Amino acid sequence: MPPIEREKGKGRREEGEEKRENPGSQFPIPLHEEMDPAMDRRAFLTLLGASLALAGLSGCTLRPPDEKIVPYVHPPDADEMTPGKPLFYATACPRNGYVDGVLVTSREGRPIKIEGNLLHPASLGASDAITQATLLEMYDPDRSQQVMHRGLPGTWDAFLGEANTYMQAQRAVRGAGLRVLTGSVTSPTLVAQIRAMQAQLPAMQWHQHEPISRDNVRAGAQMAFGRYADTLYDFTQSAVIVSLDGDFLLSMPGHVRYARDYAASRRVRTKACGPGQPAREIMSRLYVAESMPTLTGTMADHRLPLRARDIENVARALAQQVGVNGVAPTEPLPPEVAEWVAVAARDLQAFRGAGVIVPGDFQPPAVHALAHAMNAALGNTGKAVRYIAPVEAEPMDQAASFRKLVQDMQAGQVQMLIILSSNPVYTSPADLDFAGAMAKVPMSVHLGLYDDETSALCQWHIPETHYLETWSDGRAYDGTTTIMQPLIAPLYDNTRSAHELLDALLVPPGRAGHDIVKTFWSGQHRGADFEAFWRKSLNDGVAAHPLSLRRRGGTELSSGASVAGQVSLQAANPTSQPGSPSPVPGGGGLELIFRPDPTIWDGRYANNGWLQELPKPLTKLTWDNAVLMSPRTAEKLGLTRQGGTPGTHPESVPVVELRYRGRSVRGPVLILPGHPDGSATVTLGYGRTRAGHVGTGAGFNAYALRTSDALWHDDGLEIVRTDDLFSLGVTHSHQTMEGRDIVRIGSITQFRKDPHNPDGKEHVPNKPPMILPEAPPLPPSEYAWGMSIDNNVCIGCNACVVACQAENNIPVVGKEQVLGGREMHWLRIDRYYTGMDMERPTGTYFMPIPCMQCEKAPCELVCPVDATLHSDDGLNMMVYNRCVGTRYCSNNCPYKVRRFNFLQYADIAPVIQLMRNPEVTVRSRGVMEKCTYCVQRIQNAKIDAEVQDRKVGGDEVQTACQQACPTNAIVFGDINQPDSQVAQLKAEPHDYPLLAELGTRPRTTYLARLVNPNPEMRAE
Amino acid sequence: MRKERPLIYGLMAEFDTPEALLNAAKQARAAGYRRMDAFSPFAIEGLAEEVGFRFNILPWLILIGGFGGAILGYFMQWYGMAISYPINVGGRPLNSWASYVPPTFEMGVLGASLTGFFAMLALCRLPQPYHPVFTAPQFDLTTRNRFFLCLQANDPQFDARRTWQFLANLHPVHIMEVDHDPQDMVAITHRIHSEEM
Amino acid sequence: MAVEHESRQKGLNPPEPVLLPGQTYASIDEQISAIVLKRPLTPGWLFGTLLSFAFIMLLTFTIVYLIARGIGIWGVDVPVAWGFAIANFVWWIGIGHAGTLISAILLLLNQKWRTSINRFAEAMTLFAVACAGLFPLLHLGRPWAFYWLFPYPNTMALWPQFRSPLIWDFFAVSTYLTVSLLFWYQGLIPDAAAVRDRAQNPLKRLFFGIVSLGWRGSAIHWKYYESSYWLLAALATPLVVSVHSIVSMDFAVGIVPGWHSTIFPPYFVAGAIFSGFAMVLTLAIPLRKFYHLEDMVTLRHLENMGKIVLATSLVVAYGYFQETLMAWYSGDRFEWYMVQDRAFGNYSFAFWLLLLCNVVAPQTLWVRKWRTNVLWLFVLSLIVQIGMWTERVVIVVQSLHRDFMPSAWHMYYPTVWDWAALTGSLGLFAGLFFLFIRILPMIPTHEVQKLAHEREPHPERENPAAAAKARP
Repeated sequence: MPPIEREKGKGRREEGEEKRENPGSQFPIPLHEEMDPAMDRRAFLTLLGASLALAGLSGCTLRPPDEKIVPYVHPPDADEMTPGKPLFYATACPRNGYVDGVLVTSREGRPIKIEGNLLHPASLGASDAITQATLLEMYDPDRSQQVMHRGLPGTWDAFLGEANTYMQAQRAVRGAGLRVLTGSVTSPTLVAQIRAMQAQLPAMQWHQHEPISRDNVRAGAQMAFGRYADTLYDFTQSAVIVSLDGDFLLSMPGHVRYARDYAASRRVRTKACGPGQPAREIMSRLYVAESMPTLTGTMADHRLPLRARDIENVARALAQQVGVNGVAPTEPLPPEVAEWVAVAARDLQAFRGAGVIVPGDFQPPAVHALAHAMNAALGNTGKAVRYIAPVEAEPMDQAASFRKLVQDMQAGQVQMLIILSSNPVYTSPADLDFAGAMAKVPMSVHLGLYDDETSALCQWHIPETHYLETWSDGRAYDGTTTIMQPLIAPLYDNTRSAHELLDALLVPPGRAGHDIVKTFWSGQHRGADFEAFWRKSLNDGVAAHPLSLRRRGGTELSSGASVAGQVSLQAANPTSQPGSPSPVPGGGGLELIFRPDPTIWDGRYANNGWLQELPKPLTKLTWDNAVLMSPRTAEKLGLTRQGGTPGTHPESVPVVELRYRGRSVRGPVLILPGHPDGSATVTLGYGRTRAGHVGTGAGFNAYALRTSDALWHDDGLEIVRTDDLFSLGVTHSHQTMEGRDIVRIGSITQFRKDPHNPDGKEHVPNKPPMILPEAPPLPPSEYAWGMSIDNNVCIGCNACVVACQAENNIPVVGKEQVLGGREMHWLRIDRYYTGMDMERPTGTYFMPIPCMQCEKAPCELVCPVDATLHSDDGLNMMVYNRCVGTRYCSNNCPYKVRRFNFLQYADIAPVIQLMRNPEVTVRSRGVMEKCTYCVQRIQNAKIDAEVQDRKVGGDEVQTACQQACPTNAIVFGDINQPDSQVAQLKAEPHDYPLLAELGTRPRTTYLARLVNPNPEMRAE
Repeated sequence: MRKERPLIYGLMAEFDTPEALLNAAKQARAAGYRRMDAFSPFAIEGLAEEVGFRFNILPWLILIGGFGGAILGYFMQWYGMAISYPINVGGRPLNSWASYVPPTFEMGVLGASLTGFFAMLALCRLPQPYHPVFTAPQFDLTTRNRFFLCLQANDPQFDARRTWQFLANLHPVHIMEVDHDPQDMVAITHRIHSEEM
Repeated sequence: MAVEHESRQKGLNPPEPVLLPGQTYASIDEQISAIVLKRPLTPGWLFGTLLSFAFIMLLTFTIVYLIARGIGIWGVDVPVAWGFAIANFVWWIGIGHAGTLISAILLLLNQKWRTSINRFAEAMTLFAVACAGLFPLLHLGRPWAFYWLFPYPNTMALWPQFRSPLIWDFFAVSTYLTVSLLFWYQGLIPDAAAVRDRAQNPLKRLFFGIVSLGWRGSAIHWKYYESSYWLLAALATPLVVSVHSIVSMDFAVGIVPGWHSTIFPPYFVAGAIFSGFAMVLTLAIPLRKFYHLEDMVTLRHLENMGKIVLATSLVVAYGYFQETLMAWYSGDRFEWYMVQDRAFGNYSFAFWLLLLCNVVAPQTLWVRKWRTNVLWLFVLSLIVQIGMWTERVVIVVQSLHRDFMPSAWHMYYPTVWDWAALTGSLGLFAGLFFLFIRILPMIPTHEVQKLAHEREPHPERENPAAAAKARP
């Protein structure tokens, strides 16, 4: 079997060979010169997209991979592709080394949607925005498609030839001049390969560089336990959660699962509402002390904005009060902070063993050590907090490792450098001149999805296969291992996976990825049942192997008590590690905070239109990053001129120069309510120079300020105002609800008193009386589709927005159009602040707004051509090809959920067309569009039901947004069936329709947001 | 300058004031002339009656046109929305009569107006590019500042000499003969007035 | 004449007559048809025409680009999905109304003074409605599919959705255009005949011969003519009221705060007449000057129109007051917020500007001295039109830009193409009007003559000179 497959693999290569003999006119590079600066972004994208795509596609034969891949659930032998029938395959999406289990929908051999894998503990069927958007990454016309040699097209063979000579040379010196640079690695196969390499070349060195590094976490564990360990939290077990700058809802590994568990601890029901929603009228309580507003902070019952450097001090105070021996705050706490600490400490004491203290990945090791100590002291260890052996194959102090690498390079000790799917030239700290050092490396090889900043400085660039095209494996935050199977044969012939590259370097000409991975696992799982194991692992997306059973405390560290012992010893006087404040003399008084970008992460997704246009959860900013600061800080610096200035765009904001440690960058200022005073936050990942046609030039590069000794925050920032103004594409600029009854907010205590009005206000009835006589009842329909959205557990993570975008072929419109207020997202997440003072908003609340599918829809009434009308089962439908585009419906929609194609937005690049959902019309210019409750899914369910001669189940249909939601905040179904989950939720007392007073009778209703403040805390 | 012609359309007298014309028309009627017509630059009260105008059917036609349009208008909407292609629009009744009022009204007005205009033309026998009176010298002044009375030859009372005399007694500015060529013109004029009597 | 009487009591000198003495049937006809027949091309006319045609070019280019690129070249967005286009539409329709009002309603009210201005007032109506008609078509996302609003038989057996105010618009505007055209053309027939009879040039005679349909001023013709003319007027009167009421329902039927108001129909109609009469003034004042028609378009006309402008301005002012009052009295949070935002929000400058133009400025007309000051009337007429256009923009844009969901709030900024479409339509209007005054008699000869007749039975006798002049 394998040999044949290898032949096939070869065959594929050979086709590629011919292509490579004459790269030909399709070669994309010349277009860089041809680009006309005047051309607007859309025209540009379309043109480039089309041409590049053609260049790539002509070399690509679209088909499933040659090797056997195993579809989800179906019996393994029933996976023949039936045209028109989607197939589902389990695989995993890697980020920062960790993988999230995903389930990919494939149609006619084309992956068209990424969803969570129900069987995978890190997903449980949900997924996050970035993971879903990686689909677009695979089809990105800008992806590197050509082996490059010093900026010119090269061939794989030529590379192999040159690489081999170097390898031979290295063998002579036991690999003393060989360096492999990767990100964090959890892939057992890859580790095995590197180890094999090290075995052959003992003197070689393996360096790791992850821009969003978890060095602090590792160091913290070192400090506490004297060894590396990963921490797992189980929020379902917790009554009191204290987060010390720990954003476990969006940025930590495993955040999808954490969000699910956290939601479970917050969900309030008067009676059981279907699976996972038991009747409970208690909520966990969340305390958050954070350095910049995060989703976790918005969910807090008691949020304490602090400068990043002050978190450690709070941690010490808290530790002291929860009984960790020999710890004391280094400096006295301000009263407000002291109270917060005291109240939180009492609460933690009150719920010993049922609390969690979550340290932030970006806080110094000391904070982690203290957190471990506190959890131990409070007996939370082994319950809501568990420790496992590190999931990373080779944990190391990456900062040090990378510094060492750069030193060696500058010292000329590096003959051959292999960079695997990393972009260090762009992401390396500014104080280490990695780019400069590259010049001293005679043989540098870059494997990457894009021809990026790094590949430009490398001798060789090898285009990488996307993970959806790759055989590989990886482990999740909790150690669960997934064997990753490709959904499709690589779109572009010249691409290689990391496995294939290393294999080819060790044993030229190298094997196909499938063989490498399968051989490795046959080594792991000996025995006759290997094929069964293999199939099952592929099918489930979870490797049925001890390696992955090491989760949920499979191999725990020592018991809580002894951990506490070790911790208390070490944490007594934790020495300040890199990252803790060290004020620079002469520097400005402000603190600079670096954070990963909530959408494009560390910059690797910069060329992903979906993510670029995805409004960032709190700022609702698109296509740019900004210097975030509190209103008061901005006022102090005289930067309050935000918009409204005559002659400038209203979203135009002042541009400032950030001076920090002798370096400076310029960026626009965006005021972020709830940001601590005296500090400014910048997100990484922008200002790319070779990202591609979408990402290049967007935003400013924060890496240019970042130094290796203070990766996350430090003092010494000086902000100098410039006279420039800059327009930011903010999709939701108004901050408050203007006292309108939009998000209903109440306390759990009030809820227990009067569950119908948890906010203690009087409300118009959900169905206000009509002045006009009721319309004669329409023919009773079999189904009545409806949706219930639980504001109480919505964390505003945007997963649903991207899910909707992927499912419904929603176009990307570009920054200029967003500025013009023309973003196309059918589902948006509104963000409102409460409280008079935007400096310290009393709360931040999210509310997903899809189409309400009003029973008395104002939009339908005013359409002159019946282009929008109502179905019997209650859908507010759009007939795209009947729409003439009067836009009256949009004006008359009180929720403003309708979106209009003011220009030709739908991207016509052939390769993008491959990604389209064939069941959803691609809308053309001049046509109105909107959420349809994923009508295509409803229709499929109806067809299946009819075939099987049954009724569609009340919970059978799942909308894309519902499916993606990590917290199960969105529930869809048939409200005609009283036992359906949605019907039960709508029967909940705190269910309410939005803007009920308008009498639109929405089919989408909301559950009130509840908070659980500690009565001991003085009202802020 | 007086000479006989075998056959003429009629005799035309030119006056320089509306009053003179009106008076002339009265006298002609008194003298028993029936087939005559008067021409003036602007409408003169009562003149039409003197030259034999009787019943004005126009308002009734317009009434019918108006109601016809309105009924058609409502029917179209009701049929389209409730019968031909019933659709649930915003949960409104299929026959949302209140919403159908404006188009109904507009259709009514449209029907009435079109009827009014075209009926007017029809009753005036317009467009009619040629008419014998156009051949009368100075008749072009009828659109300027002269007023004409034309007694037609096909009137039983008509006798060239006596009629001339009769007109002369009315002190016109001029008297002139109106030739007519094609016989059909006679027929047409004949029909007009026979109807109008 | 009540006005005359009362002014005498006040001891003021009697108001200007509607037709100055010394005019004979002949001289009237002479003067009017001369504009069309004798007068050579004046440089002024030429310049005006060329200028307006330049703007027509601009309009054409805008339309081509619009259809090529899409509606996105305008500043519209979500939530402000309607922008200048709709405001222009409402404004133009409104201007049209004065024409119909003058020709129809004043006819029924037997207001003699209308006669000498109704012809070009009607022409103004036609051209204004033509300009108005452009915008609803252009502002469609897919303009080429505009005919889907028309109930025509199609293979999919689809109907337009008659509950939509846009369909009402469609019926109202097309009916209005048709009726105005008929009314205007019928009034033109006798005058065309007059020009036909004056014309020396055979081509012109042919042209006017066709236009006049062989009119020969027979007493019978006059009978039917007048009866149908009066009935058309009687039909046009409710029509003109209905049209702008229906236009106002585009907004009143919507649920948007600032739109959803029962005061809209009367308030829009008043606004329409207001801006319309201003436009008549804007046109009449230069015309009577350049074509020396002061005898026929007298100060009396201007003064009367000034009075109507004042009256309608008061009605409009009442409309503003009502809106605010009801917003406050209803206690509707959204309405009240809208009113506050209108006065102090992002677009407040427009709101105060429109109050200044539509309410404050016209108050000067209480004073006779100002009312009869031709220059001031002209300036005021321009002010009023700016004010009314601003009002339409405020109603459309300001109401939309902040409705129910604060999350969706967004500003609207007109682009260069928005302005191009507006100025282009102005050019179209002016161009059509310049052609009209050259080609067709702009004052109804026969009606003015009748007027002369009613005033003094024997003008010829009284002015032998004029009579002689009139003799060929």
